[in-house]
Amino acid sequence: MAAVDTRPAAARPTRPARRRSAGAGGRGLKGFYVALATVLAVVTVFPLLWMITSSFKGPDEVVNGRLTIEDPTFDNYVYVFTQVPFLRYLANSLFVSVVVTVVALFFHSMAAYALARLRFRGRETVFVLVFSTLLITIPAIIIPLFLIVRELGMLNSYAGLIVPAVFNAFGIFLLRQFYLSVPDELEEAARIDGAGYWRVYWSVILPLSRPIFSALAVFFFLANWNSFVWPMIITSDQALTVVQLGISGFQDQYGADWNYVIAASTVAALPTMLVFFVFQRQIVDSIKTTGLK
Amino acid sequence: MTVGEKAPEAAAPAPSAAPVGRSTGRGKAETRAAWLFLAPDLLGLLTFLGLPMVLSVALAFMRVDGFGTYEFVGLENFRRMLGDPQFYDSLRLTLVYLVLVVPLTFGASLGLAVLIQRRMPFVGVFRSAFFLPYSVSVVVVGLVWEFMLSDDVGVVGIALRAVGVRPPSWLGDPDFALFTVVGLCVWFWMGYYMIIFLAGLQDIPRDYYEAARLDGAGAWAVFRHITWPLLAPTSFFVLLTLTVAAVTGGFELILVLTNGGPSNGTSVLVFYIYQQAFTFGEFGYASALSAFLVLILLAWSMMLFALTRGGRFSHGRS
Repeated sequence: MAAVDTRPAAARPTRPARRRSAGAGGRGLKGFYVALATVLAVVTVFPLLWMITSSFKGPDEVVNGRLTIEDPTFDNYVYVFTQVPFLRYLANSLFVSVVVTVVALFFHSMAAYALARLRFRGRETVFVLVFSTLLITIPAIIIPLFLIVRELGMLNSYAGLIVPAVFNAFGIFLLRQFYLSVPDELEEAARIDGAGYWRVYWSVILPLSRPIFSALAVFFFLANWNSFVWPMIITSDQALTVVQLGISGFQDQYGADWNYVIAASTVAALPTMLVFFVFQRQIVDSIKTTGLK
Repeated sequence: MTVGEKAPEAAAPAPSAAPVGRSTGRGKAETRAAWLFLAPDLLGLLTFLGLPMVLSVALAFMRVDGFGTYEFVGLENFRRMLGDPQFYDSLRLTLVYLVLVVPLTFGASLGLAVLIQRRMPFVGVFRSAFFLPYSVSVVVVGLVWEFMLSDDVGVVGIALRAVGVRPPSWLGDPDFALFTVVGLCVWFWMGYYMIIFLAGLQDIPRDYYEAARLDGAGAWAVFRHITWPLLAPTSFFVLLTLTVAAVTGGFELILVLTNGGPSNGTSVLVFYIYQQAFTFGEFGYASALSAFLVLILLAWSMMLFALTRGGRFSHGRS
């Protein structure tokens, strides 16, 4: 390993050289890798494809194990939306996810602005404390968290679903990193015009945050839309049921009617798969950043 | 963060929070503004993360009943833990689960990352495909797989029987269900960690690979002598977060798939904690169990740090 990195940059092979060294055997190997990747990709995606196709099959066809759809039907979807208040579940999830995302972005960017751009005594301490909460995992605190939320009278309420989900250090950390790289000049210009801290934050920092906000928003939205254990613990009211809870309850009720259960799952999964395909780049970027830096 | 082609540039190490050059006259106003900006998040983090953390220790020494009375009982919860056979069972299952899930997910995600880092057609399609399961919820994953693995009508069983293999009862056999859970976890998570490994791979200078190829190094030698050592910080990070995520995420999948069964065959420690707290209302005892789990995870993290010198591994010495 030590030998390779001492090589002068001039030793880098030119394109034709590499192609020659790869040769015919290299092309065969490449074919093998593509084939391997294809097989693995099919294995990875198959369950979700199977879910979508099965949701269009009737009760007899859904259990025959065939890939084709003989007699496509929308009955399962109609059933799901008419037998249980599925629209309500979807609306609840949408409401909770959107509110958490918006409030979290707002609060986290405020905190991150203070930590990155303002000078005050205790800043390093606050940052270390905030950062250390990254180490706290939910199972470690879910019991006291439940008891606190109960004491605050937030069981069975939107507040209970929303408020505890807002606060996490990931967002603060990421936004702080971003704000550290904002050039001073932009802030100074506003300051010279007589803008106070809030004005600077509101009209300089927030508009600059758009790209990182979109990445974080996708992240927060997915996490909250897919959240399951916390809503299950703190809500029992039908009117508050979020979609993940809805489909798991649906299965308890219609266990063997796989065509209905799978259609319900598809409805719950489609928005996230859509978000995934549209915002894949942002998701990948924010994972890379939260993951490593 | 850029949305451009070169993602890591956006993640370039930002300068540390050095004081921004500015006149000192505004000190007091600036301090006040800063605390006001911080107030909402600090209050929230204290209430919903800090306080629970402190309480989780305190609760382990208490008995809590459904009406919200808290009574100090000393070490009673821990004494009960030591005499509880189901605690030992859940601990054993957790170990088996972790010993399988962590290396398998690690290997699978690293393998996928190395595979699609090559120049080949449809790389973008492959990456999306491997990463796709990450977008769906644990409930959806649980339901879809329960459908596919159900004994009589599941497509996996039907396919296996068609080629003359008698499939096991994936989720119905107490001795087998945990392995099914392990397999599903790997399927579910490998795409996510693949992305993290890909980020690490991108940080390795291309020149190293070119030079190695010039020297005639084979694929394995390149991996062994370039990729693996230079990827060490990423590997450390993945190992650390994967362990914690496996403890949590596996529990959620188990909750949906098997509810700890059959015959407690998948009742891992976090599931047992959950059951004690939210099924039986034994918040004190559950807190003692979770304090124990946190200690184990802490010990594991510290051991990883010690073994790898804080994620630098051996090549950091030179």
